[in-house]
Amino acid sequence: MNYSAEEIAEVINMLNHEDLDIRSVTLSLNTLFAVSDVPERSIEKLSSLNPALSRFSEVVELVEEKLGVRIVTKRVAVSPVQYFLEPIPEMEYAVKLGKHLDSMALKSNLDYIGGFSGYADRGVSRGVQAMLESLSEVLNSTTRLSGMLNAASTQEGLNVDAVKLFTAQLLKMSPHASSRVAIMANSPQDSPFVPSAHHGRGMPNSSINIAVSGPGVIAGAVRRAKPSSFQELYEVVKKASFKVTRLGELVGRVVSEELGVPMGSVDLSLAPSPKVGDSVAEILEVMGISRVGGHGSLAALALIMDAVKKGGSMATNLVGGLSSAFIPVSEDSIMALRMKEGHLELNDILAMSAVCNSGIDMVGVPKSEGEEKITALILDVLSLGLILNKILGVRVIPLDGKPGEEIDLGGLLGKVVIAKMKEVDSSQFTSRTGFIPTPVKRLELG
Amino acid sequence: METAVIVVIGADKPGIVAGISSKLAEKNVNIVDISQTVLRGIFSMIMIVDLDTGHVSIGQLREELQRRGKELGVEVLVFHGEVFKFMERI
Repeated sequence: MNYSAEEIAEVINMLNHEDLDIRSVTLSLNTLFAVSDVPERSIEKLSSLNPALSRFSEVVELVEEKLGVRIVTKRVAVSPVQYFLEPIPEMEYAVKLGKHLDSMALKSNLDYIGGFSGYADRGVSRGVQAMLESLSEVLNSTTRLSGMLNAASTQEGLNVDAVKLFTAQLLKMSPHASSRVAIMANSPQDSPFVPSAHHGRGMPNSSINIAVSGPGVIAGAVRRAKPSSFQELYEVVKKASFKVTRLGELVGRVVSEELGVPMGSVDLSLAPSPKVGDSVAEILEVMGISRVGGHGSLAALALIMDAVKKGGSMATNLVGGLSSAFIPVSEDSIMALRMKEGHLELNDILAMSAVCNSGIDMVGVPKSEGEEKITALILDVLSLGLILNKILGVRVIPLDGKPGEEIDLGGLLGKVVIAKMKEVDSSQFTSRTGFIPTPVKRLELG
Repeated sequence: METAVIVVIGADKPGIVAGISSKLAEKNVNIVDISQTVLRGIFSMIMIVDLDTGHVSIGQLREELQRRGKELGVEVLVFHGEVFKFMERI
């Protein structure tokens, strides 16, 4: 096959100068075979997976070397621990299980292991209760384990009781621990993204899920093309997204073939990293919003989102995960800066959640604001997910300090800025118990 | 045929093509296509090579070529041909 010099130069430019890389390769594994009513037995059975995890780790490194393409993280997603805790709903066991999973990741040189998770859309089961009670202790004492609580779905409603249990735990966590846990609405079964990655029901025993990351490529394409009409702008984003997703498809296929594990899904998301030139906010600013948060940000984000989905869907027929533009504030250097400057507020991010799938992600909140206010904020995001029938999550980091202050979590996590919350009391609203019933959309589903 | 794309960029001077291609010959890696230009003193070369003929993995080849590149004062990039096929062709 012949390539023109321009084509070769374009690909090299994307990979070398615009930070195009694969954000994660995730091996999703069914671990339900290890569920037992004897704690030692389940730990022992989980350990039998160690060789498979090490092999996965090696294969990803091999593929990275072969293709010459950076793969930023290697992850494993296991079945939600909720199922392990149903027969033994004890905190002590939950802690032991969490630490064991964490040590498995460490041993196999994996960056994350996801699955300290549970579903409580309508009610809190024995297993979820034990998972939630141990959540802060488990995450505070681990480094690679991540978890998620799905507390709302358009099919089942929004469980406010579960949100409250979650928030209480969140306030007991260290910043690093709270960066590894999210609360979700309509969580997907096949997400390669931490913290929501887990092996869901209805999936094969194992699969490979890919997350791509190429905001620099999109920003570069827009910058070069200088489009004068919105249609042209849309076309530029769409074409660039195709190429970004295509790289994910290739890496997924090669890893899947080398490992003999079926390919699961490619997440079409654009995900930022704290590096310069790897920012979703930069695309918005290149499009002409001089400071993210300004009026027009939502329209620009909605345009990117839709064009990314259309371009990406041509590149893979295995669409999965959250497939969106991610806006985790701390992980995007420009987003974090705009928040610090005061251009970007919590309600702006809430509004952006209506057009993308990340929700309020990696935002610092003052610990002093207390449980009720954080619960109310979470309810806002989950309600959007419930009513709009879309995937949304909340990953807030409670911190000691005042709005505008920041803490550096390092690596992919970046600098977390403390956001200003409204000085309005909503505790009478959140003090009620129970769940918010399913929306009218549910009736359309049959 | 398993191919690799080699890109070499740097300040122009005698011996760059010879330096890179002799390393390829040493490893029995066949050059399928080669294009080279010098623009305002900047040397740039793109090579498509056949990995099947060689007795070296692409990772080792990359490492050795980059070492050679360092000696020659040029930057060497090596990517698998599949990357270009996937991103530029439907």
